[in-house]
Amino acid sequence: MDPNTAGWALVVALFLPLVGAGLLSLMPAAMDQQIRRAAVVITTVAFALVAVITASFDYGRSGELQFTTDVSWITAIDARFSLGMDGISLPLFFLTYLLPVLCAIYTTKHLPSPGKPKAFLGLMMVLQTGMAGTFVAFDLVLFFIFFELTLVPMFFMIGMWGGPRRDYASVKFFLYTLFGSVFMLVAFLAIYFQAGASTWSIMELSEMAPFGSSTFQTWAFLGVFLGFAIKVPVWPFHTWLPDAHTEAPTVGSVLLAGVLLKMGTYGFIRIGLPILPEGALRFAPLIGVLAVIGIVYGSLCCLAQTDVKRLIAFSSVGHMGFVMLGIAAMNEAGIQAALFGNIAHGIITGMLFFLAGSLHERYHSREISVIGGGMLTKIPKYGVMFAYVAIASLGLPGLAGFWGEFTAMWAAISPGLGLADSYQGLYLTLVIFAAIGTVLTAGYFLWLLQRVNLGKPPERWANEPLDDVQAIEWVSWTPLLILILALGVYPRLLFGVQNDAVANLVSFLG
Amino acid sequence: MSIDFLAIAPEIALTVTALIVLAADLALRGEAKQLVNPIAAIGTVVAIVFTVILYGSERVTFGTMFVVDDYAVVFKLLFLGTLLAILGISWRFFAEGRYFQGEYYFLLLTAFIGMLIMPSARDLLLLFVALETVSIPAFVMAGMRKRDLYSSEAALKFFLIGVLSVALMLFGMSLVYGFTGSTDLVEIAAALDGETASVPLLLGSVMLVIVGFGFKVSAVPFHFWAPDTYAGAPMPVAAMLAVASKAAGFAGLIAIAFIAFEPVADVWGPVLGILAIITMTIGNLIALQQRDLIRLLAYSSVAQAGYMLIPFGLARTGSTAVNEAAVQAVLFYLVAYAVMNIGAFGVAIAVNRRTGLRSIRDYAGLASRNTLLGLGMTVFMLSLGGAPLTVGLWAKFAILQAVAVEITLFGVILAGFLVLNSVIAFFYYLRVVKTIWMDEAREGMPALQPGFNLSVVVVILMAGTVLLGVLPGLVTDYSSVVSLLATS
Repeated sequence: MDPNTAGWALVVALFLPLVGAGLLSLMPAAMDQQIRRAAVVITTVAFALVAVITASFDYGRSGELQFTTDVSWITAIDARFSLGMDGISLPLFFLTYLLPVLCAIYTTKHLPSPGKPKAFLGLMMVLQTGMAGTFVAFDLVLFFIFFELTLVPMFFMIGMWGGPRRDYASVKFFLYTLFGSVFMLVAFLAIYFQAGASTWSIMELSEMAPFGSSTFQTWAFLGVFLGFAIKVPVWPFHTWLPDAHTEAPTVGSVLLAGVLLKMGTYGFIRIGLPILPEGALRFAPLIGVLAVIGIVYGSLCCLAQTDVKRLIAFSSVGHMGFVMLGIAAMNEAGIQAALFGNIAHGIITGMLFFLAGSLHERYHSREISVIGGGMLTKIPKYGVMFAYVAIASLGLPGLAGFWGEFTAMWAAISPGLGLADSYQGLYLTLVIFAAIGTVLTAGYFLWLLQRVNLGKPPERWANEPLDDVQAIEWVSWTPLLILILALGVYPRLLFGVQNDAVANLVSFLG
Repeated sequence: MSIDFLAIAPEIALTVTALIVLAADLALRGEAKQLVNPIAAIGTVVAIVFTVILYGSERVTFGTMFVVDDYAVVFKLLFLGTLLAILGISWRFFAEGRYFQGEYYFLLLTAFIGMLIMPSARDLLLLFVALETVSIPAFVMAGMRKRDLYSSEAALKFFLIGVLSVALMLFGMSLVYGFTGSTDLVEIAAALDGETASVPLLLGSVMLVIVGFGFKVSAVPFHFWAPDTYAGAPMPVAAMLAVASKAAGFAGLIAIAFIAFEPVADVWGPVLGILAIITMTIGNLIALQQRDLIRLLAYSSVAQAGYMLIPFGLARTGSTAVNEAAVQAVLFYLVAYAVMNIGAFGVAIAVNRRTGLRSIRDYAGLASRNTLLGLGMTVFMLSLGGAPLTVGLWAKFAILQAVAVEITLFGVILAGFLVLNSVIAFFYYLRVVKTIWMDEAREGMPALQPGFNLSVVVVILMAGTVLLGVLPGLVTDYSSVVSLLATS
């Protein structure tokens, strides 16, 4: 496949899940198992296509857009159907196709009440198209459509298959994120008219930047910031996340943490920084401060949680704080760190949510006190796996979680674009607090492990037959476990792919 | 003076159909009476054919009173399409209920004759006649459930407030005539343009005329009739009032505001802008409290009128680019609004027809009782809210686009209220969606029998909502060709 001409491959890959959702909806609801298998087949075919795209991607030119499609779409407003991918998009796009396969496999055996695999898997695939499109859309209008497309299926996933407080959580998720994105849309319109070039193309606008007065840059960036910061979520906009995660079904949580949050940071990097560099520069110290507050606040909240899943949700706030710290550094290393942290968090936290879901199926509770310890003796394989992923999440060198956090702090010591001159002291303080955050992170994860993994199983579980890791779980989890190690020992796997694209992007910043 | 009969062919077709319907109602007996519905539909299709033939031509008749241009044609097609959809959702409702069907269809067609005249009218008197032709049959239709007190209340309330506002409007028109010496919209504009000093009484009379249309589009504070009337009137009539009658009001308001009163746009623009803010905010906030779906739709339609008033708030004297964009945004919004709102009423009729159930809670588990209706309502609700891949998003986008043509502080404030209100509105639209999919259906609900016509209408409107959501160019490219102001 020639990356210069095979734009169709990307289009097909993008809409395959959507078509698959349509196919599923045609199957009779009684064919429960067949529907679940069909979903595995569809997501696997889509993943295979993306694997081929990944293999034929020209890594020598990862700074340029490949697999491009650019056709006229809504001529009245100059919006174009413009797709493409570079080294920044590719890893996220790949992850967006990997996770649904694993989720579909997982769903063949596990599906919370009220069942209805057809609706559940159909929504998951619609969600997949929305997420994937966000990472390859290079037209602001198209980007916005895909960005928003994810809201409705996620709303239903939480609202129909979620926990006891699903009504509250689903509506909160929807309205909170919608609130942000309407301001983003207004900012996009302002950008379009300010640039005055009758184009929504992200690449063309990046090349034209900076345009407009500094007031315009500030206000427009504020709009974009609200949209993306809520999605990430940056402290203090994070309050929807713990609720959504806690109530969402396992698959919903995995995709939410694994991909959906990444759309926020991706948006910052793809749109916020290059199109509005002056605004971004002005906001950078603020972003940095909020990011570090998020890191520390997230870990303190984790220390107070009694529900494993809610704890993992709050740990996301902390981890995404490191990603935002990388962005706030405004230099190549920082953006590399942010993108690495994105993927690493997606894999690790996605995996943690899988584990939390399985924990619930075994103990019928996620309360740490109910589980009461002793997993290593009661269900040893599961216990080891849990320890492995938790340790990866706390950022142990040699596993994936380390590189994003370490590099982000390293980059923030000497921020780019003159930030070093005016804000050196601030950034140093930020790094110190972020470092304290890593200690706290290690603290709450180790404490969690101590409480659930070590010790003797309490009496109520001692004689209860609990399954260790099941075959289906091995199948759906192994790829993530391998990736955690692979990215940990060989981070070039990601850094290398992203390098040119990030350099290209930073060149837009001036 | 010779009359250009082709120019008024759609109106003639509907008039003839209306008379045939009345005669057929006398001739038919019992079950056969319901055949007046397909007769009306055939007449509508004939009118559509004539309208399509008129597309692209520029015709003026009755002096300069009656103009047929692309702008008018688009509006007429909107009305006739709405009429077809309303006929589709009316059939079973009126055939099974104990209604005088002939009367209903005659009145319905008559009201639509008035609507067809509205976008073509270029004279105060003709506008007034068109408005009354829309209103008077509607007063009667609202009271068609003769044995129902609510229906009588609906009709009376509608009538009293309607007559009051029309009286105000007529008073305003007479003052405008007194000042300018003409009832022709273009000549009024010329006369107003010559007026150097602003005359408070003249501006007052301009506002009086606008108020009359404010009633028709149910803008706050002239909206009090809408919820009670929608709730009391037979549901297809409520759909007609919420969509077609409102669109007719906007057609008239556009003509009056952007042609006749364009020279004083700097005065009425901010007033209508503030009215837009109040209308959408109050409509949405009250809609949040509703438990009855029809009342929810009523307040949602008030809020939607607020959105459509935003472009009027942008209007500025002498700035053709802004005004042109404003008119196009309203037009596109009306098309989108018609598609999604009639759809919502269609589903509501299907749920309500046999059982009379109308509380939002009665929609619990609708998706499991009838997937088509559940899916349809979901699409329409999401579209009314403005979710992506539905036409509702582009309708709001069009308004934001009009705001951005020339960015002013007031425009930004209007846009800010639009986006905030969109988020508020999602709260109640989502509640309906959630009830449809996530709540358990109550025991012992009777099976839904939407009927063939209604199902077809719902499917077509649903497909339209999504198709226009993916390819809004199908209408936007078209409506941007349509220019009202260049011709005036």
